[in-house]
Amino acid sequence: MALADTDHMERSAPGLSEATAGDFVTLLKPRVMSLVVFTAFVGLISAPATPNPLIAVIAVLAIAVGAGASGALNMWYDADIDAVMGRTASRPVPAGRVAPGEALAFGLVLSAFAVVTLGLMANWLAAALLAFTIVFYAVVYTMWLKRSTEQNIVIGGAAGALPPVIGWAAATGTVSLDSLLMFLIIFLWTPPHFWALALFKAEEYGRAGVPMMPNVSGARATRRQIFVYTVLTAVSGLLPVATGLAGPAYGVVALLLGAGFVHRAWRVLAMADSDRAMKPAKALFAYSLLYLFALFAALMADAVAARLIPGPWV
Amino acid sequence: MKHDLVKPTEAQLKARRNRSIALALALAAFVILVYLGSVAKLGPAILSRPM
Repeated sequence: MALADTDHMERSAPGLSEATAGDFVTLLKPRVMSLVVFTAFVGLISAPATPNPLIAVIAVLAIAVGAGASGALNMWYDADIDAVMGRTASRPVPAGRVAPGEALAFGLVLSAFAVVTLGLMANWLAAALLAFTIVFYAVVYTMWLKRSTEQNIVIGGAAGALPPVIGWAAATGTVSLDSLLMFLIIFLWTPPHFWALALFKAEEYGRAGVPMMPNVSGARATRRQIFVYTVLTAVSGLLPVATGLAGPAYGVVALLLGAGFVHRAWRVLAMADSDRAMKPAKALFAYSLLYLFALFAALMADAVAARLIPGPWV
Repeated sequence: MKHDLVKPTEAQLKARRNRSIALALALAAFVILVYLGSVAKLGPAILSRPM
């Protein structure tokens, strides 16, 4: 009998990774990135400026890579939590395909490249906002808020809400009331989106020790807060009409989308305590994604129309 | 002195090749973007420098 299982030693040779490029792409949270790219682009195209199209593309790419880098830093720090949650256990770090140090280095290097590229190609205000977003998400949200308060995703939501402000700043070099309105819409949208998920994943969050609202304040209080935030989101979705950022056509779309959002939140509010299937919460979670994409698509359509057909109505 | 060298497995070699190609493509894309972005940013004045 051999003293050592050499086949096994060869399979797990130390220091040699089996991580593929796909694993590193997964570290960037591509689905979150798609929302970031889209909202940043809408912020950029809604701005009262016409940047060079190539510079605009590079700016959006830099914002996307910066957001992805903060996702990699999040996966590095949260590997212990991710390992005990079914939804995240197969992520590259908890699954052992990417070493924690590799994920950290990947996140830091990409963050630096994204911020410097945005600064050199667009402007340093946009770069500073991107750097703030990365630090806020990776340090303030991931390392501090997520494990310490049930308001984690409310405050942490600011990081996810900043991309349109960065896009606007990349185009104009300024932060304005209109770009802050886009921030407000995403900021208010974040709690109902994540708390709807937390309602039907409460057990997993509890097992991981993450103090989400349903685990700390209970399902009933969470359903009430979901409803309040959804109403506020629907109302904030109409504000771009009031400031002149968007026209009445956008207003009609925002009104219909908001009504659908509030209706689904109402069904969550009316959900019985004994409801284990939680279909209304799952429906609200799915609709919240559609709501944000459709609302920003309407803003984008409005901005494009305003550029193509200038007139007093837009 | 004889050293015991680690012999990479097939899977490790394949993964390394995959990572190397992706890194090369990402670097090439970055260089092209910075070049084109610089030209776009500087515009027609790219070659006019005070002597």
